[in-house]
Amino acid sequence: MTSESIDIINAFALLTNFVILPALSYGSQLALGALAVTLVYSILRFSNFAQGDSMAFGTMLVILISSYMISRGWTITGVPTALLAIPMALIGMSIYLLTMDRLVYRHYRRIKAKSIVGISASIGVMFVTGGIVRFILGASAQRFGDGERFIFSVREFKAYTGLEQGIALKTSQFLTVTIALLLVSFLFYFLQKTKTGKAMRAYSDNKELALLSGIDPDKVVQITWLLVALFTTIAGTLYGLDKGFAPQQYHLLLLPIFASVIVGGIGSPIGAIAGAFLVAFSEIFLTYAYKKFLIYLLPLSMHPTSLVQLIGTEYKYAISFVILVIVLLIKPTGLFKGKVIVDE
Amino acid sequence: MNNLNTFWQANKAIACFTIMGLILLFVGLNQSWALALGIINLSLISAIMALGVNIQWGYAGLFNVGIMGFAALGGVSVVLIAQQPVTEAIDAGGMKMLFALILGAATITAGVLLNRRGVNKWLVSAIVVIGYLFTRYYFSEAADLIEKVDPAITGYLGGFGLPIAFSWIVGGIAAAGAAWWIGKITLGLRTDYLAIATLGISEIILYVIKNEDWLVRGLKNVYGLPRPVPYEVDMQKSEWLQNIVAWIHRSELQLLSQSDQIDKLGDYVRAASVVFVKLSYSGLILLILVAFILLSNLALNSPWGRKVRAIRDNEVAASAMGKNIKRQHLQIFVLGSAIVGVAGALLVTYDGIFIPTAYQPLRFTFLIWVMVILGGSGNNLGSVLGAFIIWFIWIQSGPMGLWVVEMLGNFIQEGNTSLEFIEDRVHYLRLVFMGTILLLIMRFSPGGILPEKNKEL
Repeated sequence: MTSESIDIINAFALLTNFVILPALSYGSQLALGALAVTLVYSILRFSNFAQGDSMAFGTMLVILISSYMISRGWTITGVPTALLAIPMALIGMSIYLLTMDRLVYRHYRRIKAKSIVGISASIGVMFVTGGIVRFILGASAQRFGDGERFIFSVREFKAYTGLEQGIALKTSQFLTVTIALLLVSFLFYFLQKTKTGKAMRAYSDNKELALLSGIDPDKVVQITWLLVALFTTIAGTLYGLDKGFAPQQYHLLLLPIFASVIVGGIGSPIGAIAGAFLVAFSEIFLTYAYKKFLIYLLPLSMHPTSLVQLIGTEYKYAISFVILVIVLLIKPTGLFKGKVIVDE
Repeated sequence: MNNLNTFWQANKAIACFTIMGLILLFVGLNQSWALALGIINLSLISAIMALGVNIQWGYAGLFNVGIMGFAALGGVSVVLIAQQPVTEAIDAGGMKMLFALILGAATITAGVLLNRRGVNKWLVSAIVVIGYLFTRYYFSEAADLIEKVDPAITGYLGGFGLPIAFSWIVGGIAAAGAAWWIGKITLGLRTDYLAIATLGISEIILYVIKNEDWLVRGLKNVYGLPRPVPYEVDMQKSEWLQNIVAWIHRSELQLLSQSDQIDKLGDYVRAASVVFVKLSYSGLILLILVAFILLSNLALNSPWGRKVRAIRDNEVAASAMGKNIKRQHLQIFVLGSAIVGVAGALLVTYDGIFIPTAYQPLRFTFLIWVMVILGGSGNNLGSVLGAFIIWFIWIQSGPMGLWVVEMLGNFIQEGNTSLEFIEDRVHYLRLVFMGTILLLIMRFSPGGILPEKNKEL
């Protein structure tokens, strides 16, 4: 091969390693979080501001359980112990969410409060949850991943292909994408094919009619919270395995998650996934410094001297916000037409 | 018994304020007057913020989750208006920065205008992207130049060096501008979009403040902001204050020897100067608060206020009567945010220092919310009462929590690691505590302590 074509391959290896793989896994994490928001929105009819902090809560449970498991030596070589801790954490998370529903949200459902009241209640829950997490684990960042960090590392890739630029596949990235695929397929199967899933969709489309058809609203709500617990815990754990755990970071995830949901069309599951990847890719594409990439592609005389970064990394949350604003200006219903809930 | 109940209902506001006053009096007598006045001043500033939020939530049902951002804009305007300009930094990169900003503004204007003319979308996007790249290039160069000028002391452009009172108005205008922009986009759409957008904008305002060192020094903080009231040191030299202090403590001072008398008097004058400065602030803030309350009560009882409440209570009916709901909501949202902006400016003025990391969603957005809901949404006096109660609990809950931990420590053996761990993190329980208060009021007493009086028209 000529050196020019190798340069092109190198450039794209670079892009894959630093943009595409991270964006794929970040997008999957956002998608899971966004699906949880969508579920709450469709069934319980309010935007759940506590989502970010709930993810932190689920991750906290995973961290606590997995550190106990590690101390007892209950580990499997190569597998992050956090994954083994998820089932136990799920039980805890379900109990927490169902308790919150019983103590807080059920009342407003019964009195048919406006959706804005649900939002204020969820903000109260957000602070309670955030406070508990910070009290138990502290506010500083920590890592909890163990086992193999890479499926294949940059060095292995370079040795295998002989390229100058390597691609590394992190275990967390591989796990994120695989688990997200499995979960999303499960959710769609559940909603489309099972009786409970159909009942949930009926309830979401027309509450009164669903009640008349003999659907038990309490059961629908409970199943919803169980699903939310599943998605929230796993999304939080995967995000934490990838980027580390910090309560404030999780709290701020609310912005990209809401942006994903609204971009996709609030209340539409497919929209939430599409929106999540759009937000994740824009965030990483716009904050990546293209200097090295361009050096590979451009002739020597045109080599850039600056970082060629479109937006500083510190403003990554601004990107979700700008996307949100653009969508609201151009197409407020989102890419996939979502549902609009009218207060009863 | 029934009589007592009606009496209580009729005089609830007076009773609640009296109780609050007595508690503060107790703090003043037992702990210190400086502490009590500190609580009062911050309560008053919070009350102004709560008033702004109450106008949005109580009058129009608009949900603002970005109070922090609007308050921060007020804080920024104090720095930009009242600080002296840094001439070296302006010489170094001022013109370049101005050019970059004008270029940025021109790019946006060109994009909007061309888009309206119906020019090819791709062409417009290309123009905007190229304009953006050039703007960013000049901008970062100018920012670098400015930040290099004596970074330990300045490293920013400074302000206009105008009287600080002027910055309160500018703070209000800045917050109003941001609110107008957000409101224009999200009002008229679903109700939760406003909440989400305000949450987003407030975080972004904060990121800008923390990262753009050339503007307000970022994380390096801005110290030594000018004051609208005299300094303690000058007060200690003033004769009339010395005379008053000497008169108050005359019986005690008479018993002492000459040299002891001067020492003791000096101590008292120092304490009195602190109290005097805080009192001047109290007067100033109280004046602004009262003005805002009077104005908003007048507005609420005018035809405009009736329209506002009619829209809040039944949008469909009001809309059928020909009222423009979106415009009305925009008006109220901008007004309320402007008041929050003024309060944010007052807060930084009072602190005399601008610290970007002090802007925490809990301290601003959430606490103010709890104040409004606890006091009684829709009732201005309620917001003020809520501000006093919540701020008092907030201030006292820190030491209280530590005290509880210490009490626990007496039962557990000394030097227990888990105890240190709890002491370290006990302040996070305030989040849980405040969240619980909010949830409890919403659940069991949605009207708050002082419910809105003229709920029914």
